[in-house]
Amino acid sequence: MSDLAVPVLAPARRRRWTRHPGLIAGSAVVVVIIALALLAPVISGYDPYDQDLLARIVPPVWMDGGSWDHVLGTDQLGRDYLARLLYGARVSLLIGVSAALISGVIGTALGVLAGYFGGKTDLVISFLITARLALPVILVALAVVATIGSSLTVVILVLGLLIWDRYALVMRAGTQQLRSADFITAARVQGCSAWQIMRFEILPNLANNLIIVATLEIGQAIVLESALSFLGLGVPPPLPSWGLMVAEGKSYILFDSWMITIPGLALFALVLAINMVGDGLRDVTAPEGRN
Amino acid sequence: MLRYTLRRLASALVLMLFVSFVAFILVFAAGDPAVRIAGESGSAADAARIRAEFGFDQPVWVQYLHWLAGLLRGDLGHSFYFNQPVSAILLPALATTLLLGACAICFALALALPLGIAAGRFPNTLLDRFALLVAVVGQAMPSFWLALLLVIAFSVDNQLLPASGIGHWQNYVMPTAVLGYFAAPAVMRLTRSGMIATLETDYIRTSRAMGIPAGRVLRSYALRNAIIPVVGVASAQFGYMLAGSVVVESVFAIPGAGQLAWQSILRSDLPMVQALVLCFALIYVALTFLADIVNAWLDPRMRG
Repeated sequence: MSDLAVPVLAPARRRRWTRHPGLIAGSAVVVVIIALALLAPVISGYDPYDQDLLARIVPPVWMDGGSWDHVLGTDQLGRDYLARLLYGARVSLLIGVSAALISGVIGTALGVLAGYFGGKTDLVISFLITARLALPVILVALAVVATIGSSLTVVILVLGLLIWDRYALVMRAGTQQLRSADFITAARVQGCSAWQIMRFEILPNLANNLIIVATLEIGQAIVLESALSFLGLGVPPPLPSWGLMVAEGKSYILFDSWMITIPGLALFALVLAINMVGDGLRDVTAPEGRN
Repeated sequence: MLRYTLRRLASALVLMLFVSFVAFILVFAAGDPAVRIAGESGSAADAARIRAEFGFDQPVWVQYLHWLAGLLRGDLGHSFYFNQPVSAILLPALATTLLLGACAICFALALALPLGIAAGRFPNTLLDRFALLVAVVGQAMPSFWLALLLVIAFSVDNQLLPASGIGHWQNYVMPTAVLGYFAAPAVMRLTRSGMIATLETDYIRTSRAMGIPAGRVLRSYALRNAIIPVVGVASAQFGYMLAGSVVVESVFAIPGAGQLAWQSILRSDLPMVQALVLCFALIYVALTFLADIVNAWLDPRMRG
């Protein structure tokens, strides 16, 4: 039976994938940004930390005074804006993916445990989720980073330890639905331990949901990092971060607003594309849940 | 209804107690406050004197109980930076932020509810696509960037609106728009999906079949049911918005609780930071509690 089912199902599924314009566009933009980030040294001949005090705040090539030497211009220290933008993509992607992974482990563990065991376990974990939701993320993150001192690792850890709530909620609800399914009962009757059931029966069945939430959390972590960096308590300078670039451009808002527009646009495009991938995956894997 | 209210109230109080503990620990556990107050030039003896004076030499739980007892008496602590009671500085700032938050949630609802209802009533039309676009863009737009874009458009390129301060009602226009747009997508998506789900139910089909005018079916029957989940998400969004005010207030130089929080963090004014984290968390808990009560009132099935 299963041999028959594969060729029948596969084309239908593939059609759904290829017919979702948002998913295709989003994935394309994400792939392009990842490629740009990886190929940063090839695309730009400049080092993102190299200062040229004789060429400060050179406008981008399409503006008066711009030149092809610095396609996107230079910042207040004469550092090439394109190079900083490209290396900044690495920082954003690294923080987004790492924070989403850490929070994913925490949230999934809590959610599956609460959903599977129910009762007192559920009560305690649900209480933790509500308490976490009550704490203002940005404020707590700012306070912790300020006391420990900012670094790439600290930002990743703080965000990872804070944004697990959506994972926990989704996995808890998913596990509750699966808990009384026949194949779970069958596994239990066969003598599988609770750990085996959670790991080998429940988790694989919730992989779709997990991937969707993870995608959206990567976007959220990137936005949060940029907000922290914008407020001066995220990635420490001189590391190139898009939020930090916007913050540094703020002083030049009167005459050189492109210093704000360019990194903001990059941030917006990346997060928009990631969210489109997440929304698209949800539509494709669970069309009944689209509304 | 009364039993449900009391039970929810009890769990909200337990939650508040727990959150107050976390707010206390969070700031204190991260470092030795005495060393930070003494500053870079402070000697070990200075730090020891500060430790004794502020009670930092006592166990954490003693300090927490001391703080909690103060809270219950309405004493939020004493600000290191201002050398004044925390409440004297915090309450006016919080009032500004709550006013801004109220404007913003009204803006968010005014934008999200009509769009969500229309999109749910006419799914997969051009109107629906437009509503989705508004939501998707809103979810991806970093609020500080949107705020600065508005400043560039309305204060730098055209001198239409003031870029900072709170002296005039015009000062509130851009911050309200930014914070409100930040909260709108979640409300809109939920209104839309609630509307679609409700319009597919049997009782709506029956009331249509009985010849009740479409407009009345929508207003009297569908809307009330579709709106129930929106109450919860709107109040949660209001809570998130207060936290988002940290970013927006710093861009527009609004002397509210958000900006105060950011500056207090930079100044290591720990009692102020603790009180602010606690205030934001308590407002969130109170809001979700109220939303649950409103929901139970709208839908008796939820009183279980």
